[in-house]
Amino acid sequence: MTGKVITFTSGKGGVGKTTATANVGAALASAGNKVVCIDADIGLRNLDVILGLENRIVYDLVDIIEGRCRLRQAMIRDKRVPELYLIPAAQTRDKSAVSPSDMIRLCDELRPEFDWILIDSPAGIERGFRNAVAPADIVVVVTNPEVSAVRDADRIIGLVESEEKGPARLVINRIKPDMVKRGEMLSVDDVLELLAIELLGMVPDDETIITGANRGTPVVLNGKNKAGQAFINIARRLNGEEVPFMAMEEEGGIFGRMARWFRRPQ
Amino acid sequence: MSSFLDRLLHREPNSAGQAKERLKLVLIHDRTDLAPGMMDALKDEIIAVISRHIDIDPNAVRIEMTQEGREQRLVADIPLRPAQRRRTG
Repeated sequence: MTGKVITFTSGKGGVGKTTATANVGAALASAGNKVVCIDADIGLRNLDVILGLENRIVYDLVDIIEGRCRLRQAMIRDKRVPELYLIPAAQTRDKSAVSPSDMIRLCDELRPEFDWILIDSPAGIERGFRNAVAPADIVVVVTNPEVSAVRDADRIIGLVESEEKGPARLVINRIKPDMVKRGEMLSVDDVLELLAIELLGMVPDDETIITGANRGTPVVLNGKNKAGQAFINIARRLNGEEVPFMAMEEEGGIFGRMARWFRRPQ
Repeated sequence: MSSFLDRLLHREPNSAGQAKERLKLVLIHDRTDLAPGMMDALKDEIIAVISRHIDIDPNAVRIEMTQEGREQRLVADIPLRPAQRRRTG
């Protein structure tokens, strides 16, 4: 088994990188893949609480890199799905405790044992971003249909290209279909036209993301909801399945129909 | 449809349209590291250089940044004045 490394990044904070990492990870694991999620946001860790594993942390990423524990000891297994693991970030250190080559070495050690290695990147374009992107086979840029998030996504896409990790793939998160319909929110095709990269998925704004986070349960594990279905579709596309973007139509109405028209940048 | 209504009622265009137009310009300058004010200076210099060699109408010159995929392109449209006018005039 040679695992693939996917990094979720965005530039701007608060667009849903951690939510995307947790849900795509849980969706891939639910589909029978062996998955490890690495929180690369050292000093501001959150993937642990989103996955509901915060009480089981003993060792973290920096402990592995500085040799205070074995890789196995720092991996927390999520008991709700067959093979989902978390390597948490250190909370009391900063990004300089890890280097890009540390991350490459760590991922090379994980690749033989896992199908997927998901990395949750910190916001920003500095060391933490470079750490997270260095081992990536696929870079997923998460954005929202808002001016600041789209602008930052564009900057990140350019940086991913210059690090020779491109072309990045795009997830548009927190879409409010009724606002798009009224012409008061950038549509999926607007964002694709501006950023000119391939769409991997689009996720509607959904209250269950917040209630799921409150409980520490990724929405994909929690029955039927729109955002969860969108993350499951992303996981299936990563696994090479052709999942039409119109799959949301049943739930999404106009949203799904629009998606079908505008699923490619050109 | 909503933009037609907007015009009819003299309303502001919807905010998504504004966001898109503003982002188009912002992204061009972000990608090329060319400050918005630099375009005018660039245009003046190009006109000056070309005028030294050929007769052009400075007011008809169009210099624009265009986007093709993720590639930026500087497109200059410089109409030339017909040569015969120079001989007679």
